[in-house]
Amino acid sequence: MFDSLSEKLQNIIQTTSSKKLDEDNMADALREVRRALLEADVNLKVVRAFISTIKDRADGEQILKGVNASQQLVKIVYDEMTKLLGSENKPLSTAGSPNLIMLFGLQGSGKTTSAAKLALRLRKDGRNPLLVAADVYRPAAIKQLQTLGKQIGVDVFTIDGSTDVRDIVAKAIDYAKEKGFNSVIIDTAGRLQIDTEMMAELVLIERFYNPAEKLLVIDSMTGQEAINVAQTFNEQLDITGIILTKLDGDARGGAALSVVHSTGKPIKFTGMGEKIVELDPFYPDRMAQRILGMGDIISLVEKAQEKIDLEQAKEMEKKMFSKEFSLEDFMSIQKQMKMLGSLDQIMGMLPIPGISKKDKDQIAHLGEKHLKQVESIIQSMTPQERKKPDILNGSRRKRIAKGCGLDVAVINKFLKDFENMKKMMQQFNKMKGNLGSLKGKRLPHQQFRPPIRGKRF
Amino acid sequence: MFEFFKKKEENADNIENKEEKKGFNLSFSMFKNIISKTQNAISESVSEIISSKQKIDDDMLEEMEETLIKADVGLDTAVYVVDKLREKQNKLTPDDIKPFLKNEFNTILKEAGECKICLKDGLNIFLITGVNGAGKTTLIGKLAYQYKNEGKRVLIAAADTFRAAAEEQLEIWSNRAGADIVRKDGADPASVVFDAIKKAQAENYNILLVDTAGRLQNKFNLMEELRKIVRVIKKEAPEQITESLLVIDANTGQNGLKQAEVFKEATDLSSIAITKLDGSAKGGIIIAIAKEMKLPVKLIGVGEKMTDLKEFNPDYFIDALFD
Repeated sequence: MFDSLSEKLQNIIQTTSSKKLDEDNMADALREVRRALLEADVNLKVVRAFISTIKDRADGEQILKGVNASQQLVKIVYDEMTKLLGSENKPLSTAGSPNLIMLFGLQGSGKTTSAAKLALRLRKDGRNPLLVAADVYRPAAIKQLQTLGKQIGVDVFTIDGSTDVRDIVAKAIDYAKEKGFNSVIIDTAGRLQIDTEMMAELVLIERFYNPAEKLLVIDSMTGQEAINVAQTFNEQLDITGIILTKLDGDARGGAALSVVHSTGKPIKFTGMGEKIVELDPFYPDRMAQRILGMGDIISLVEKAQEKIDLEQAKEMEKKMFSKEFSLEDFMSIQKQMKMLGSLDQIMGMLPIPGISKKDKDQIAHLGEKHLKQVESIIQSMTPQERKKPDILNGSRRKRIAKGCGLDVAVINKFLKDFENMKKMMQQFNKMKGNLGSLKGKRLPHQQFRPPIRGKRF
Repeated sequence: MFEFFKKKEENADNIENKEEKKGFNLSFSMFKNIISKTQNAISESVSEIISSKQKIDDDMLEEMEETLIKADVGLDTAVYVVDKLREKQNKLTPDDIKPFLKNEFNTILKEAGECKICLKDGLNIFLITGVNGAGKTTLIGKLAYQYKNEGKRVLIAAADTFRAAAEEQLEIWSNRAGADIVRKDGADPASVVFDAIKKAQAENYNILLVDTAGRLQNKFNLMEELRKIVRVIKKEAPEQITESLLVIDANTGQNGLKQAEVFKEATDLSSIAITKLDGSAKGGIIIAIAKEMKLPVKLIGVGEKMTDLKEFNPDYFIDALFD
């Protein structure tokens, strides 16, 4: 349903021969940009303001050689959005002793999970964090934070049965001082920004203890309403930043632009997934690409860098091109691929021209099924068979087929494919010398980045 | 020191005292009260747009489209409805716009299917799914309470074995509702569901509510896990599935459509529940989902209390939006 903006812009036919951007040659492209932003859930008011900024900024600009007006315009849109999303990004304040950090937001936005992730990040930064369970309303919210705290080895301060949030915070601060915790993270209950009483509770804490960080946690799937939510929280609590959660989903996340535009406050972190790893930093350029539907290839590259052991990768590359490449090696490559995420996630990050999101999902779905099949085949083999597939005679194949519940024909086909692949790679290896010149080449949007260290895999 | 607060629009206590607050059905006045913030968004904008004009002009149509977009109905649905209006631009006057839109939305919602939940004799299984933080567990607590009050025997399957303390949260709700619960902390969710079905069948329960872990629809493995749960239910109690319900947060934007699409494929969705409709969000995604996916809304969550889960009434919803 959501075709990427770049695909759409390819289809805009240039009707003017003007060498400068003007109202005429921008109109079609701007309409598509507007559409893309609305589909991404950017608030209508923000869309209007943003498009008007773009018009002013782009009008009269010289069109560069080799690109058309639409392409040039998109570059401007992308730059402006990146600038808007990324301006004023300051690191987390560590002021105060203890340093107080308060998290708040609507119900279900991801506060408790974010609190635990933030604690983990602070500890990595060398601080000694204390989590405070101040969500006294939702059943088992305190238990949830305690469980998470236990998982990551961070202390959680609670007062059993108390519903007096101000008192909980006061005692938590005393406790932190006494025990030497230098950062105190307060996890508050989810609340509607229009619920006066509940907002008063937060304002009381804010006025009394003046936290160094007041972070609004907001779900990246939020629609048009994100702007009102953010504005009200900001008006009443003067927020210091935003945590954007559930970015591992496939929402385009236009809410990010709405909240930054309307509050002028930076997105400090993003949350990706329910597993408790530290909060991810926010990358304005990637967010802009995502909102505009331009894929997220940089994320993929960096994810690959992070998750794949370089030494192991080198070793593997050597093996891949040699005669000794075995099914065991094949398995471990697959395992590394898996660490990058499921196939649909990987595909989603690649801006493949001409393939719609639906087709991508379809391919990923089939691919994932196939990978599972292959895995079960290899797992049904003995270690010896994995090392030397040559010994796989008819009866062995029959046994494997039984073991993984597949037809012998499927096993035969897989082994044949594997042999072919091996041959191809050996041929490729011979050609590799000629391909050396390709190595330094980078994708256009990586031009101003430090070279990527990761190996191809 | 509280003068900086906006005045709350409705008086919560006032609503509280009304008898109807307790029932599963929602009267129109209640409904209008709850979604008055939504109503302000659409109805007042429409009034503003059409005031002081004699004819439907292009500006008016464009503003109308934007009003609908602001309510999260999505660009496609907004364009679809306004295009229909455009076709009749010359035959209609500005005063006809509201009835026209009401009628269009009504058709969209009605064509999506029946909004009432029909219970069968014997066991009724509800599979409750949704993304993280949509409000599944809370909804189950309220639904259990509702059916318990109607004198049904209610069992809850705690098949969210992943999120920290999810089972505890559900157990607190089930205690409040007076329902029974099947818990196997940390176990395979499908096996929890299996045990719960066996227990429900053996002990003659009327209602089995299956809670599942929140999952984003682009997580392949988690969606596979859900398919496994569906297979278990279909194998053990194929005739007993009353509702496969997707829970969507009213704040959700266009991703809601994607959620409906993927969950529908994985779990044979029969309906949608929309939560947190007491907030300021318009919940316009209901319209988009009804139009694109032909899925009716059956339940709405309108507050924090046990009794704050109601049956969805499309007529009320539309009337409240436009009158």
